[in-house]
Amino acid sequence: MRALSRQPSAIALISGGLDSMLAAKVVQSQGVYVEGVNFFTGFCVEGHTQAVRRSKKQKVKRHSALWCAEQIGIPMQIVDISEEYKDIVIQPQYGYGRLLNPCLDCKIFMVNRALDLKSNRGEPFDFVITGEVVGQRPKSQRKETMGIIAKDSGAHDRLLRPLCAKNLPPSLPEREGWVDREKLHGFSGRSRKPQFALAKELGITEWSQPAGGCCFLTDESYTKKLQDLWNARGSKEYDLEDVILLKIGRHIRPAPHFKLIIGREEGENQYLRGFRHKFAHMSTVSHVGPLCLIDGELSAEERVLASRILARYSRGRAEPEVTVCITDQSGVSEEVVVEPIQPHMVPDEWSLAS
Amino acid sequence: MLIDTKGLLCPLPVIRLQEFARQVETETEVIVIATDPGVLEDIPTWCRVNGHEHIKSEQLNHEFHVTIKALPQVELARDQEPN
Repeated sequence: MRALSRQPSAIALISGGLDSMLAAKVVQSQGVYVEGVNFFTGFCVEGHTQAVRRSKKQKVKRHSALWCAEQIGIPMQIVDISEEYKDIVIQPQYGYGRLLNPCLDCKIFMVNRALDLKSNRGEPFDFVITGEVVGQRPKSQRKETMGIIAKDSGAHDRLLRPLCAKNLPPSLPEREGWVDREKLHGFSGRSRKPQFALAKELGITEWSQPAGGCCFLTDESYTKKLQDLWNARGSKEYDLEDVILLKIGRHIRPAPHFKLIIGREEGENQYLRGFRHKFAHMSTVSHVGPLCLIDGELSAEERVLASRILARYSRGRAEPEVTVCITDQSGVSEEVVVEPIQPHMVPDEWSLAS
Repeated sequence: MLIDTKGLLCPLPVIRLQEFARQVETETEVIVIATDPGVLEDIPTWCRVNGHEHIKSEQLNHEFHVTIKALPQVELARDQEPN
């Protein structure tokens, strides 16, 4: 046994879901000093649209990972990796999952970054904890990938998966006696029952259950818009503003060279107003209606088409005429009077999902 | 000390605050100004889990001002030493 002259310490990757919360708690309950880390990739389901949309105003807006940390009583840092994360999204070594989710590369990257962090005590951590379960996810949580993550992240045997440790070779914290392997778990497969039972045993009664997971890259509607953005640009470039804008509004692409982003409610209109300096934009004048950002250059004919589309989403949609004000990026405005387009005249393929 | 996070969506205001707080060498009062109402929940939680002190939160028109007392790393480390 490699005796430590101090309490062993671990950094737990906290996503905000149940598994990572349980994993951290299991190790903490064995007397290890545990801190949490949550990585901000830009694609996190946290914040953004839930903060922007007024329709969800009554819902408590909380950061799930911070909330988890408080529930189990561990300090937690949130680390912004959005810039470095681009390489993972654009060119994942192990490819994408079903959509544009580079889950295996993502996990490798996050474990690697966690190893570099220092605790609130100013010291490096002795090992890393994740909430992975063998067989739970088809891409990243398989027995074969467990070894890849440990090796490629550089963590090797300093990576402990408390929920499925008994299905894996003993890690360093187990071999050294920093944690008791017998008190770890041997979960496997997609069933959530063992986790629910463990939560009950540990007195955890509430946890976050984000629909579709905690990452927009596993969301079909979102990834359709991201792929469209890359296609339109001819490259897989993006910045944080792009990532956020893809979460907001209706995205309609009537032609390869231009796209309309139309607010769906007042919260989104308000947020889109903040982008008026970067985009030409339109709003209805004669009737109440949403704000629309124009991504691309429009011909005179296309300005009329775009105005007709916008008019469809205004209170004047059933009227014969709606006045639309179009303002270009230099601030020059022009009003046009148009007939709102009829729904059957908008091909499905224009819509990039809302 | 003022940290202006207007226009940023959570968790970025928390991250900006955290980056600053990690540098303080003495107890420092910090006001985070934000437009995302998420800070009203997230910053007090971040304070509680990391040992900093949340003083008050206010809404001024469309802005949210959250005042905290950031403690230096060395004090946090002392608080988190095992018994």
